[in-house]
Amino acid sequence: MSNFMPMLYAFWDSDITYSFRKSRVAVISALVLLAMFLTAIFAPSLAPQNPFDIAELDLFDSELPPAWVEGGSTAYLLGTDTQARDVLSSIMHGMRISLLVGFASVILAAVMGVTLGLLGGFLGGIVDAVLMRIADVLLSFPPILVALLINGILRGALPSSAQAESALIVLILSIGLTNWVQYARTVRGSTMVERRKEYIEAARTLGTGKVAIMMKHILPNVLGPVLVIATINLGMAVLTEATLSFLGVGMPPTQPSLGTLIQIGNEFLFSGIWWVVVFPAAALAILVLAVNLLGDWLRDALNPKLR
Amino acid sequence: MFAFLIRRIIQAALVMLVVASIAFLMFRFLGDPISNLLPEDATVQDRTEMREKMGLNDPVLVQYGRFIVDAAQGDFGQSYRNNRPVSDLLAERFPATAELVLVAASLALALGIPLGIYTALNPRGWLSQGLQVISLLGISVPTFVTGILLILVFSVSLGWLPSFGRGTVVDLGWWTTGFLTVSGLKALILPAIMLALFQMTLIMRLVRAEMLEVLRADYIKFAKARGIPNRMLHFKYALKNTLIPVMTIFGLQLGGLIAFAIITETVFQWPGMGFLFIQAVNFTDVPVMAAYLVLVSFIFVVINTLVDLLYNVADPRLRAERTPARGV
Repeated sequence: MSNFMPMLYAFWDSDITYSFRKSRVAVISALVLLAMFLTAIFAPSLAPQNPFDIAELDLFDSELPPAWVEGGSTAYLLGTDTQARDVLSSIMHGMRISLLVGFASVILAAVMGVTLGLLGGFLGGIVDAVLMRIADVLLSFPPILVALLINGILRGALPSSAQAESALIVLILSIGLTNWVQYARTVRGSTMVERRKEYIEAARTLGTGKVAIMMKHILPNVLGPVLVIATINLGMAVLTEATLSFLGVGMPPTQPSLGTLIQIGNEFLFSGIWWVVVFPAAALAILVLAVNLLGDWLRDALNPKLR
Repeated sequence: MFAFLIRRIIQAALVMLVVASIAFLMFRFLGDPISNLLPEDATVQDRTEMREKMGLNDPVLVQYGRFIVDAAQGDFGQSYRNNRPVSDLLAERFPATAELVLVAASLALALGIPLGIYTALNPRGWLSQGLQVISLLGISVPTFVTGILLILVFSVSLGWLPSFGRGTVVDLGWWTTGFLTVSGLKALILPAIMLALFQMTLIMRLVRAEMLEVLRADYIKFAKARGIPNRMLHFKYALKNTLIPVMTIFGLQLGGLIAFAIITETVFQWPGMGFLFIQAVNFTDVPVMAAYLVLVSFIFVVINTLVDLLYNVADPRLRAERTPARGV
């Protein structure tokens, strides 16, 4: 990891920054994302209200519409829900949890996928064959189904009393364990190409150990595409988290993510308080759209390397 | 061709064996089947008898063999939550999911292919540009949000269409259908649209990309040079080659539709297998989870195998590559 910083510098020094400045879509999505990340990180101090502190809730203020609608209050810009929680504050806190799960599961999937891909590609033989078979089977099922299944198994293995507290970890595990395959396949492919090159031959002649060759020489050269996959994967992960929470097997209402908020709002759809479901849904859609657009741009910008 | 068929079937059987093993492991080691099936006040003797009756004292390998044999005959034991045979539950719910997926798939194909062709032939038109933007939105907006918006507009605001359930269904004995009543058909509209939308955008993008690719091919240029009219060029020569990869992806996506039906069925409280599965995941109803897994995997594997075979039939080049001995 010691050569990570120079790598980062080389990355930013390349013509990719030029391509970034030239793409309006990329700049706008990056700005939107940055704003959302900052909001999520500083949600506890930025949010007008702490939606989890019962002392701050005033039941007389429940079901208020957004500020610009008649009957709305400027104290609650996007209105309040049935328990007088400020929708804007709930969204800020929800985004925090959504992004936390998203990032953590992407990191888990990337670390696992890169490690397994590196091992499979470098060692070959039975390790490789077994890994790729597992990957094939996993890939032939829709990711949401795999995530649901892992989720069900993990929750089943836990005592029912611990389920609410461990919801976060269960989610991260079920999404991460679903998504590693793509990283593994890509890294395995490039590892198999790299390991036949002369610099690896040279390193081996010098008596460098297998682990050192993998970590020091091959890893830095196969990481490029991983960044693209990780970006696109983040959008997927946030979506999957929202879907699981919406289906009722994700974050509990006491610790809501954007998906949970939408699920809660969905129950009140017929009582006419549309803002409780529409705003969290919009926040989720904008977040995912921005990540996808940025991912698309990154993929195109790095295209010659991918092909 | 025959050798290929055999190879694919062996591969499919292997995948099913893996899936069945996972199902067995869940069945055996996830939660305690005894305490889930017996009432809370059951005595120790009851428990021992139950253990013996269910064969939980046999060696694991014997249990595994029995599980496989039972599963192959569609017997997955009792649901922990409903105290009914799992196979009955699934058989009851299957028609609802099948009809939903069938309608959604037809809708996605019927709209996606023409729209894809249109955007490929008129890439600069405003409609094409608009469709590209919508398709990007369609991929980023989660399906359940689309469903909620549909309900908000067509059920809550306009009150035109029902937001939950299947409406009145006609019982045909082994199958319940919503196709035969007005309320059944009305209930089908919103869920089918929600389920079809994502697939439709996918097919549209795919058809567009493939068509643009094919239109650049040499044989199209030759045909153009020979003065073959555009309509024939596009629909007779280009479309055929466009649709082969579309067919493959669509076949694979059919499995995706069944999985995504879980979400649609939850949004619209559609009494299908997906709704049953999500309730099972929620309550750790292991037999239902295991049975759903095996059934859906079976459907996937059958579809994948069929698609592979069809692909082989449709694209002569593949056959030529696989049977070089004949000197084709």
